[in-house]
Amino acid sequence: MLLDEADRRILRHYLAEPALERAVLAERAGVTPATLWRRLERMREGGVIKAEAAVIDWRALGYGVEVSLRFTLDKTNPRAFDEFIAAAREVPEVVTIETFLGRVDVRLTVIARDMGQYQEIYRRRILTLPHIAELEALMLIATIKDAEGLPI
Amino acid sequence: MMDLDDLDRGILRILSRDGMVGAGELGRLLGLSQPAAWRRVKRLEEAGVLAGRRVEVDRAALGFGVTVFLGVKLATRGRVPLEDFERVVSAIPEVQVVQHVLGLFDYRLRVVARDIADFERVLRRRIMTLPGVGTVEANVLLTEERRPGPLG
Repeated sequence: MLLDEADRRILRHYLAEPALERAVLAERAGVTPATLWRRLERMREGGVIKAEAAVIDWRALGYGVEVSLRFTLDKTNPRAFDEFIAAAREVPEVVTIETFLGRVDVRLTVIARDMGQYQEIYRRRILTLPHIAELEALMLIATIKDAEGLPI
Repeated sequence: MMDLDDLDRGILRILSRDGMVGAGELGRLLGLSQPAAWRRVKRLEEAGVLAGRRVEVDRAALGFGVTVFLGVKLATRGRVPLEDFERVVSAIPEVQVVQHVLGLFDYRLRVVARDIADFERVLRRRIMTLPGVGTVEANVLLTEERRPGPLG
């Protein structure tokens, strides 16, 4: 799908502030509200906009612990990735699954209500995932920036 | 902290997939009247559980073919104030996410770039010149998947 200047302007402002009122977004992008609506629709259909999803703040629901778990898998087994990811999807506290090229193969973001519950999840659900060769944890202290903006 | 019932969890499940679903459709899907669905969404927003919207785009289609996660360890711990590092790194347009973590690294960064050559430019000119930066580990993102989380 080919994007023109107006599409890019719309995306730049929309990505920077997804909660903007449509009328304000149109004004900032320098298009009419009707054009904005049409362009957004076209970019959704063309797959440029993949999702516009609500963000759930898990801390507001009492999940105060967030840990980034980085795995290296035993790649001598050709099914290692598929089986590991399928098993990770079964753990409700896993909120993201990412795969990488590098020293880390897979990263899981795991949330828990407190350290007691985290320890429980870690021992019963994480360490029992298949094909783990190495595992290290980064505990989230604070998110300083979390934006989808692109320098377009 | 807010306690959820099954209808709230249903609302969160639907909106975390598609944040554009309105109160009328939410009500239809969950067997609620439109005003009742609207009131519940409002309550979730006021409690901070629904915390805005995230727009996901096809970054490759917009010319950003490479996403890299960096683990950054500060070299002179205690000598460069964390605030200085955080302020400068957050201002880099290619850096989408900055997280202060505890573990093998001090910070996790998500960096977008047009291609590997562009990533190398960002790494050399913007990341390696950050105040206090020590060792940096890079992992190139291949796939990412958001999960609904513990919404029972």
